[in-house]
Amino acid sequence: MDWVLLALIAIPIGAVLVFMLIPSRYPQLVRNVALVSGFAMFALSVLVFVKYEFEGGSGFRFDLQLAWLENVAFLGKDGISLHLAVDGISAPMVLLTGIVIFAGVFISWNIDYRNKDYFVLLFLLVSGVFGVFLSLDLFFLFFFYEVAVLPMYLLIAVWGTSSHFGTFTRPKEYAAMKLVLYLVGGSALIFVGIFATFMEAGQGTFDLPVLGAVTYDENFQKVVFPLYALGFGILAGLWPFHTWSPDGHVAAPTAVSMLHAGVLMKLGAFGILRVAITLFPEGAQFWAPVLMTLGVTGALYGAISAMAQRDLKYMVGYSSVSHMGFVLMGLATLTTIGVNGAVLQMFAHGVMTALMFAMVGAVYDQAHVRDMTMFGGLAQKTPRLAAFFAIAGLSSLGLPGLAGFVAEFHIFVGAFNTYPWAGALGILAAAITATYILRMLAMVFFGPFNERWAGLKEMRRGEQFGGALLIAFIIFMGVWPAPFIDRISESVEFILRVGASGP
Amino acid sequence: MDSVNRFGPELILLAMAAVIILADIGWALAGTGAERMRRPALGALALTGTAASIIWSALLIAFDEQGEAFSGMIRVDDFALFFNFLFAGTAAIVILASIDFLRRNRFVAEYYALILASTAGMMLLASTIDLIAIFVALELTGISLYILVAFMKDGRSSEAGLKYLLLGAISSAVALYGMAYLFGITGSTSLDEIGLVVSEANGETRSALVLAMVFLIAGFGFKMAIVPFQMWVPDVYEGAPTPVTAFLSVGSKAAGFAVVMRIFLTALGDGSISSDWATVFAILAAISMSLGNITALVQGNIKRMLGYSSIAQAGTFLIGLAVVAAADPQLLLGTSAVLFFLGTYAFTNLGAFIAVIAISSKIGSDQIADYAGVAKRSPLLALGLTICLLSLTGIPPTAGFIAKVYVFNAAVQADLVWLAIVGVLNSVVAAYYYLRVVLNMYTAEPASEESIQPGYYLGLAMVVAVVGLLVIGIFPSPLLEASEAAARVFG
Repeated sequence: MDWVLLALIAIPIGAVLVFMLIPSRYPQLVRNVALVSGFAMFALSVLVFVKYEFEGGSGFRFDLQLAWLENVAFLGKDGISLHLAVDGISAPMVLLTGIVIFAGVFISWNIDYRNKDYFVLLFLLVSGVFGVFLSLDLFFLFFFYEVAVLPMYLLIAVWGTSSHFGTFTRPKEYAAMKLVLYLVGGSALIFVGIFATFMEAGQGTFDLPVLGAVTYDENFQKVVFPLYALGFGILAGLWPFHTWSPDGHVAAPTAVSMLHAGVLMKLGAFGILRVAITLFPEGAQFWAPVLMTLGVTGALYGAISAMAQRDLKYMVGYSSVSHMGFVLMGLATLTTIGVNGAVLQMFAHGVMTALMFAMVGAVYDQAHVRDMTMFGGLAQKTPRLAAFFAIAGLSSLGLPGLAGFVAEFHIFVGAFNTYPWAGALGILAAAITATYILRMLAMVFFGPFNERWAGLKEMRRGEQFGGALLIAFIIFMGVWPAPFIDRISESVEFILRVGASGP
Repeated sequence: MDSVNRFGPELILLAMAAVIILADIGWALAGTGAERMRRPALGALALTGTAASIIWSALLIAFDEQGEAFSGMIRVDDFALFFNFLFAGTAAIVILASIDFLRRNRFVAEYYALILASTAGMMLLASTIDLIAIFVALELTGISLYILVAFMKDGRSSEAGLKYLLLGAISSAVALYGMAYLFGITGSTSLDEIGLVVSEANGETRSALVLAMVFLIAGFGFKMAIVPFQMWVPDVYEGAPTPVTAFLSVGSKAAGFAVVMRIFLTALGDGSISSDWATVFAILAAISMSLGNITALVQGNIKRMLGYSSIAQAGTFLIGLAVVAAADPQLLLGTSAVLFFLGTYAFTNLGAFIAVIAISSKIGSDQIADYAGVAKRSPLLALGLTICLLSLTGIPPTAGFIAKVYVFNAAVQADLVWLAIVGVLNSVVAAYYYLRVVLNMYTAEPASEESIQPGYYLGLAMVVAVVGLLVIGIFPSPLLEASEAAARVFG
């Protein structure tokens, strides 16, 4: 089983090489290769998840270490190695990535404009995402993090769409550049943090388990924790550094929005948990109130902003900010149940926001407008689209039985235990979420039918399949969250040093 | 005989330069019949020269022939050999990139001969350990380059050449003044002996040494193209023939760093004085990076933009020099960081300029705005240029990422955290203007649909550069080990 994790990173890279060899006059061949490799990633990520969740053994598994740099003085005695492993936190993230990319291939099926280049960048991005979730070496974690961020730029700038408002427009180039500058700025902070950690630990290695065994000076922790928290936080949509996110999501092509809101933002939250909280527990304690405040603010601010949007995609974009605010709240509780909730929310939000973006894309592809006031009664023409959208929305507002509920429940319990005011404000944000989601559903899909859309057709079959796949996991997690929760809490307890379990 | 042997890599370049000139005369005498073969044959001779130089350097390593030559004027050690490979390799790529460029130029032979002579001068700069020889090498490099910059003989090129000549002459004079101070204080021109005297210097001589140090930094700062000695860079880069610009930005700059490391680490390497110049370098590094990047933001001409970016990059190399003065282990780390960065930078910048040569000669413009839609007209060139620009930004998996990590890591380890922070913040600024070019190539509509095909040799040079920087990015060990071995010379 050692090869599994390496294969998860190697398959997208291999696919990229294959794409490059295909002459661009065979777009269908490109799609088929994308489909096959997308399925391979999906199957492998399911395999990793199932094997991890249902087999004995805890802590990090499928450990694989490949030496990369040896015998060079520059970075310490042990050099750097590609160290891959999966634990209770990364297993669901790997599954999430597998699901979203497989669905994303279906959603991207009809991209005609230079589809080869499109898939090259998309798969490059995915290899970086898998790399971050799987790396146990700080150097490679950062390496893959950067790999994941950059393709985004071209994907938005080339295949994206500009937004036009009454008085002004937001060009896609603006959104792409804004996104990249924010994220490069964030990674600059992480960069400094990594070397500071490396120096302070003095172990001559970037290996996370080794770095994690070191006890750092309290003042050092207080200084370095915000570097990581802010650096990764920018990617996680940390308020007030979230503004790249709605613009970026809206400008991006559908499948890229799915991956970005669904998976990429999770990299940020994952980084905070995997690096900052794991290595610097005292720094985390010190900064937790601030993180909690920013998280709650983001959740409320995102929800209120979403409420104010008429553009469907901007609404979903702001709802992502709001939901990522919940994730940060969960992390900031620093209790097992709260952090559990954060990880659950990362998965739940990943699948449901991917579904929402997919459905918004399906509407926009036909209607070429996204202003929700211009629709009405679409459910009569496109019942499946309406149903899918409704499921995503209901999960988003936390309806029991769907994934969102499980996650938010944990987060709010954690928040009430530690910061009751934050829990209360969080519930308020959830209530606002319910308002804007239901209002949007009512405006777009129900009510009197707007005859302008008489020609509207049901989703393409690929979109239906991709959507169904995502829905399956929303329901799976909603009705049977046990496999997720058990293993997540094992790993979270180890990180928070609550229990004695773990490696 | 040992002396000649160790001097071989330089000697063969100079010999080949002479052969090229003579062969050109032969062609002139032979009449027009053989004219068709002239250009390719001269190019091949020049390439053979660089290849022979590389092979000779490799043989010196293989037979363990390192050592001094010409009674202590030259020291062929791992450091000098590292630069032999760097300069000869750079010259080879520049020559490859020039073959198509010189298609309509009469003076091909002179061009190649000057490139080879200049390369020999750069190699010499890295290996001499005597002030007199250093100055001779400096002039050999410089004078060849003055002519090369003005080679096109049109308005812009001549202006650039004159500018480069005037400022170059002044800076040589300043450097010479600094050397004269050193000689006056220590009574020797040998770097080793100067080093001995400097280590015993007392308070009074120390202040004189600081003066000498300032003159030397000012004089060589011109070659390294660091702020505040960077004024010539944008105009000369813009006006010079693009292959020469590539050669300037890589070869000449690396030569400047080589000689600075040689002088400052050997002659002025003593603890008390080295902390002085390290501080100067740290400040210059911060200013060069910031000023270079901020000015690059507003450039519309890609050659000027790359010129300002090379100023910023030079600032990043300076971080390595600033690190040197901290405790002993950092000595190695700082020096090898500079060497590694120079190695990666050579591939990166050569690649970028080759792409500019190929694209600009076709579209007849150096304006970034005219690069619109290049990705449609030539997907491979656009991809190559994109990879080079990503490497300049420092994005994995390119060589630039490892280099950035190396240098900033060295800075953090030497407690220069502020410098590392200035550096990473600068990389955010840099990302903006590099990506702007990428954006323009991929998203804007091209002015015409006609495809851009680089010539065969130009394409080959591009492939070498891009593959090189990707290989270093993914398997950096060999270059890392080489630069650490070279740095150990000063250990």
